[in-house]
Amino acid sequence: MASAPTITLPFAERLRHEARAEAVFRALTVVCAALVLAVLAGVIGALFYGAWPALSTFKIGFLTRTVWNPVTNQFGALAAVYGTVVTSLVAMVIAVPLAFGIAVFLTETCPLWLRGPIGSCIELLAAVPSIVFGIWGLFVLAPLLQHTVQPWIIDTFGDLPGVGRLFRGPPYGIGMLTAGFVLAIMVLPFITSVMREVFLSTPRSLKEAAYGIGATQWEVVWDVVVPNSRAGIIGGIMLGLGRALGETMAVTFVVGNAHRISPSLLAPGTTISASIANEFTEALGPLYTSSLIALGLLLFVLTFVIIAAARLLLLRLERRGSAA
Amino acid sequence: MRTLARRRLTATLALGASGVATLIGLAFLAAILWTLFSRGIGGLAWRVFTQTLPAPGSSGGLINAIYGSVVMTLLGVLIGAPIGILAATYLSEYGRRARLSVVIRFINDVLLSAPSIVIGLFVYTLVVVPMGHFSALAGAISLAIIVIPVAVRTGEDMLRLVPQSMRHGSAALGAQPWRSITSIVYPAARSGLLTGVLLALARVSGETAPLLFTALNNQFWSAKLTQPMANLPVVIFTFATSPYDDWQQLAWVGALLITLFVLLLSIVARLISRLFGVPESRVE
Repeated sequence: MASAPTITLPFAERLRHEARAEAVFRALTVVCAALVLAVLAGVIGALFYGAWPALSTFKIGFLTRTVWNPVTNQFGALAAVYGTVVTSLVAMVIAVPLAFGIAVFLTETCPLWLRGPIGSCIELLAAVPSIVFGIWGLFVLAPLLQHTVQPWIIDTFGDLPGVGRLFRGPPYGIGMLTAGFVLAIMVLPFITSVMREVFLSTPRSLKEAAYGIGATQWEVVWDVVVPNSRAGIIGGIMLGLGRALGETMAVTFVVGNAHRISPSLLAPGTTISASIANEFTEALGPLYTSSLIALGLLLFVLTFVIIAAARLLLLRLERRGSAA
Repeated sequence: MRTLARRRLTATLALGASGVATLIGLAFLAAILWTLFSRGIGGLAWRVFTQTLPAPGSSGGLINAIYGSVVMTLLGVLIGAPIGILAATYLSEYGRRARLSVVIRFINDVLLSAPSIVIGLFVYTLVVVPMGHFSALAGAISLAIIVIPVAVRTGEDMLRLVPQSMRHGSAALGAQPWRSITSIVYPAARSGLLTGVLLALARVSGETAPLLFTALNNQFWSAKLTQPMANLPVVIFTFATSPYDDWQQLAWVGALLITLFVLLLSIVARLISRLFGVPESRVE
């Protein structure tokens, strides 16, 4: 009996040590996982704290007024929100059809051996830093649009009743249309990648059945693949929209940074993110800084809602996919 | 009644249009790379790597900005990647089916696409205001916060690829879960985790917005983490929007360097995942 403890003691010590290490390691992973939630809570909390002076001064008027005057300390977010929404919508109008086309090409038309390389090239577009899009947009795209595309747009659409208002005024080069254009290129790979994935998840049997009753390749895409992928397509578009709303550097270069609402898409405007990027380090006075943080809070809430909705849509789709 | 000829024509036109859309997409990439090379190469000289940022009108290089970028991105990844991988370990190993994990995964996916400028504002109120001034440390922290969601996402994907039987085998030998994870699961997922870290590095090396009001910029050489530090993205932003020709030229050189680095990283990450048969993790 006496010898038993002397044999097991070192081993028991070792076991205790292992169990202690286990508890520590496990706790460490839980803390790190909780940190993800803490970041979200911290961002919302810190932004709200920073935005409070502006929000309590201007109340609901912060959302409804267009004035942005650092001299008189009057700030309203409407012009920036308008610019953010308009540039993102322009981006979507350009990017969604392109992304759809690319996704169709990569899943249907493209020869198999070319799918990998072309797909990688489109994805590399997502790796290009946003500042590079900005500098390219400012020095290459803006002059190009100013001298060729914009005069043509003004001549062609400017005189139309109704929508013509969107396309009047001098061709500045920089402005909301250019910003939307650059954003479109930036979100293109993200939307394409989601669409491509949902297209690929269409059950083979459905497509083969459609071919079997004599559908053309396009009819299979349009009448079988697309309806089957509707939720994924919408999720992908919303994910791209969320990206476009929050994108900063590329827009800051080309949007023109004017705090006003112009009916024309060709006019300079501003977005929430561009205002913050341009003015934050130069903002004098607590109310100015606080108003910019309030803009940031607004942006975060806006993108959070859209991205969360998109993720929920895609998540449901994933579950359906794994259940089937 | 649609005739067969018309249906065929529609199909040809529509699928042809999809090819055109792809060409347009590829043309964008080509146009951007072409501009970068044609404008950036001309300014590539030794002084870019040996001299600090110039005053307008005098000659200089980007060395302090390059140094600052390297320090801050490395520090950001060194802080963010371990946290992210440990969080991924919880999601994949301990709490795979826990309700908390569902919430964390969802929030993490949202953070993955959250605007980075907001992270800058967050770190500004959290670090810069209490410290009283801008600093490289604040810049690194904001980059770390951007690294975390990327590391969590890729980390979990990669850890889940490790077959359960390996964990069971380890457990059968009497190993506690932490020992199985550190001695069996991590080594098995090594190349995947490395890919994830490289992707995270690529993601943050071009980040500009969060550095604008955390690290700020610095005309001079500074290696102090508690002081503002020059970095390529902010220098590109400042120089490109300046009216000086030589500053704009340096901005193009900086843009070329960053893009080459990021593209190289993405390609290496792809190669690793292909060589070691790891399916690519989607990060968007």
